[in-house]
Formats: sequence, C-alpha cells, structure tokens
Amino acid sequence: MSAPEMTRTDVSAKGAAGVRMRGVNKAFGTNVVLNELDLDVEPGERVVIIGPSGSGKTTILRVIMTLERIDAGTIEVGGRHLYHEPHGDGLKPASEKHIRKVRSDIGMVFQHFNLFPHMTALENIMLAPVKVHGKTGDEARALGMELLEKVGLEHAANQTPGQLSGGQKQRVAIARALAAEPAVMLFDEVTSALDPELVGEVLSVLKDIAEEGKTTMMLVTHEMGFAREVADRVVMFDQGRILEDGTPDQILRNPEHERTQSFLQAVLEH
Amino acid sequence: MTDTLQPSQTAPPAPEQVEFQPHRRWYRRPEILGPVLVVVVGYVLLIVGVEEHSRFSTRMTAEGRSDFDWMYFWHLVPLMVRGLLVTAKATVLGFTVAAILGFFLALGRRADSRWVSWPTAAVIEFVRSTPLLVQLFFWLAFIRATGLITPEGAEAIGFSRSLLILTLGLGIHYATYCSEAYRAGIDSVPKGQWEASTALNLDPRTKWEKVIIPQAIPNALPALGNFLVAGFKDAPMGFIVGVPGILFFANTVRGEDFRVTEPFFLVGVGFLMASLPAAWLVRRLEERIAYERT
Repeated sequence: MSAPEMTRTDVSAKGAAGVRMRGVNKAFGTNVVLNELDLDVEPGERVVIIGPSGSGKTTILRVIMTLERIDAGTIEVGGRHLYHEPHGDGLKPASEKHIRKVRSDIGMVFQHFNLFPHMTALENIMLAPVKVHGKTGDEARALGMELLEKVGLEHAANQTPGQLSGGQKQRVAIARALAAEPAVMLFDEVTSALDPELVGEVLSVLKDIAEEGKTTMMLVTHEMGFAREVADRVVMFDQGRILEDGTPDQILRNPEHERTQSFLQAVLEH
Repeated sequence: MTDTLQPSQTAPPAPEQVEFQPHRRWYRRPEILGPVLVVVVGYVLLIVGVEEHSRFSTRMTAEGRSDFDWMYFWHLVPLMVRGLLVTAKATVLGFTVAAILGFFLALGRRADSRWVSWPTAAVIEFVRSTPLLVQLFFWLAFIRATGLITPEGAEAIGFSRSLLILTLGLGIHYATYCSEAYRAGIDSVPKGQWEASTALNLDPRTKWEKVIIPQAIPNALPALGNFLVAGFKDAPMGFIVGVPGILFFANTVRGEDFRVTEPFFLVGVGFLMASLPAAWLVRRLEERIAYERT
C-alpha cells in the first residue's frame, strides 16, 4: 500500500469527532449518577473511563448515546449540541429529528452484545447501512463482508448469534457498530460478559480499531493492561464526578488520590 | 524439486468465497410452513365451503322416552358436524378480526401520545370487563337499529347478517385479549434490542418492522393460540344472534324432537374433536417458531 502510515496527529483530520460535556446532571430518582460533570474528549482520542461500579461511568456513555436523557447541562459531539438546538442567541431543547441527526455520528458496543437474534451476523451488520444510510443491498453486503473480515469472522457471515461464541458475538457487534463509520465510538464494558479465554480476541479487535484511528474511542473497562496499552488518557470516576484525569502512566502507576489507589488495588488483586 | 511439494504448502489457502445466505425466514422453513399451510387451507375451506343451513330436521324419531338411543345418536352426527363447521367458520372470521384489530390496539395502547393511549386503554378495559353474551346482544340491537349491515348487504358478500354480527362481536371481544398478548410479546423483547436500535439510529419504522415485531410475534403466538381455542368455545353463543352453529343445532333438535341427551352429548364430542387437535397444533407451532435467545 502506498498510503503513508498514519500517526496519532493525523487522526483528528480523519472524521473523528470530539465530545464536550458541560455541567451534565443525571439522577435516577434520588440517586445522583452524574453530578455537574465536565468532560472533554479530543477528536481521535482514546479515553478509558475507570471507577468502582455504581460510580456512573456507564451512564456517561449512555447519555452520549441518548439511551438516557440528561437532566441538565449540555453535550456536544463534533461541535454540534446533542440535546439542544440553536434558538436565537441561546439554545432550546432539541427535537427528535435533531437528536437523530447528531446521533448518526455516534456508535456503541454493549456489554451484552445486543445482536438481533433473528438475523445472521451479516444481516445484523447490513441492517443500518441499508435502512439508515441508504446503501444498496450489494454495497451493504460488500461492506459487511469487509467488516467481518476485519474482525476475523468472514466464515461466520451466515450464522445467527445463537450459533456464535460470546467473543464472536461481540466481534460481530463491533463490526455492526463500525458499519456506520461513527465519529465517536462508545464501548461499555465490552469484555465483562465474556469467558476469560475469549477476552483476548475482542481486545485485539479493539486495538486494531485504535491503531486505525478513524474514530474517537471512549471505553469503560476493567482491563487495566489494555487501558495502559491503548489509552491516551485515563479518567478515574467516582460518585458522579471525575476524581482524576491523566495519562495511563499517571493514573495507573502513580495515582494521587487514595480512592484511586484503593480502587486499582482491588481491581488488580481480583 | 519444488514440484513435489504439496499445493497446500506452497500456496496460501484460497480465500473462501462466502456466499450470502439470508437467515431463513419462517416461510422458507418447511417445518413451520407445513402446519401454517394446513391451517390456511383449512381456513379457506371453512370460509368458502361451509354454508349456513338453519334447518336441522331429523328424519327419524328416537325410541323410548329417556334412554340413550344409539341409532338416533349416529343419525344426528352429520347435522352436528354441519353446525360445528359453521361455528368454526365464525371462529376463524372473528379471530381474523381479533388478531388484526388487537395488534393495532396494542400499538395504540403503547402510543407516546396520551390522547391515543388512554382512550385505547379505556376501550380495552371496558370490552374486557363485560361479558361476550351481553356484547352480542348489544351488537345485534345496534346493527338492527342503525341498519349498518342489511341482510341483503350481507348476502351480497356471501355471509348471513347474523354471521357478520357474530364476527364483529367475537372479533372485538377477542381483539382486546389479543392486544394484551401482543403487548406481552412486545414487552418480552429485551431492553437491549431497543437500545441497539437506538445506537444504530434506526428510524421507528425499521425498528418495529425489522427488530421488534419479528421477535414479539413468536413470543405472542402461544397466547394468541390459546385465545383462538377460547374463541372457538365462545363462538356457539352466536346462537343468540341466529347463527346456525352447533348450539343452534342442539337446540333445534331439542325443540323438534324433544330429545336432549343425544344432541348435547354430541356437542361435547364435537368440541373435543376440534379443540384437541387445535391445541396440539398451536403447541407445535410455538415450539418451532421460537427463536433461540442470545
């Protein structure tokens, strides 16, 4: 291939989008999950979010994906407000149409895969390209096969999720999310539901995506080794707020806060 | 000599060409298509082939006053079958209305707008909490008073007016039950499927058509099948609006020959003959159509 190898600095030019959260609040009943959260993610950046369970880290991803609506604050993706539309000089709550438009930049991979059980792997990947992005069946099929090859599952194209292992399912789910060429990709504990011996195959696909650098990645994970290897930044999250934010070396090797230290100890001992 | 090397060692394995095979839909699976075809053919035969005779005259008289007369019993069998077929015809007509209307009631009850969901819920609850018998009397009076369906109009499309009234009554009554079955089917689609639809930015139509309904319908099938059998057992009530079904048969015989044991015993036999295979068929279908869960 004659194309020059891409370096990290090229990344932002390739359609990856930044995320900017300001004063985001989210509560479930009286349980405050996100508390005046400010978070910036640069285009093309790989951010790993860590923190104890119940700290709200998954909720960060879910509000960006619009699976939960925020109570207050603003979120911008690729410079566009997600929950607000420009209105005069200020902002007004966004219409469904506006949210759909901005949401097209975002993709998500779930802990429990959420593949469509009544479709084959290939059909799972083809659905959105045909129905949402206006591709023809042939184009979508070619794209689907290309993506399956990328995750090493071209032989499983015609199998239904029920016939695949957990690791294979998750790789199909990643391919399905990639089909939309999202500018921001969210990974919600994508290896947590897998048997230990299947974690590696999924992480290696994630590394490939990270190296390609076409998309911003936000990952919630407990795989600290993976975080150290792939992340540009690690964010320690606790009780709805960011406790610590820095390079993997800073956070994972020399955490400032006692809370981070004890959390890391607990995870590593596990 | 390199020629002696086996080809598999010299050349990398040719990339396997994977042919696109869509997941076989239920209509491409013979084990599902078979029973469905049987049902559809039976359905068409019932609708087209069964005519309504309101005469159930016997050509023989029973011996004795109260003893069970086997000759008379066998003589009544064809008449009973005729009535049973009319009842079955009314059931499939009514259930067709119920299955279609029930689906839209289920969607209406789930609608985002309260202006749609509340009235729909009210109608469903109201119909469900009044007896079918009362509703049939109501529809009979309503149709007669408004002249919405004239006897001639009904004949023009090949049905009697009383059959159409029963279809309407049975259809609306069971639509409310079917809507609950659909609702349960929709609710049983895991939350993750809805979230995946959002994450893929599917439009509402695609979400329902391609993701939710294909999973909700198999989930709703067992309940729908049970309502079909229940509807069949309620269909003889068409007697009171003048549908010459199985109860009409028994009552006519009672009136003309003053015999009760044989005709009503036959009613039980007839129902057993029809209900057992139907229940079995429903069970088989539901076993085969169910998708493996992920």
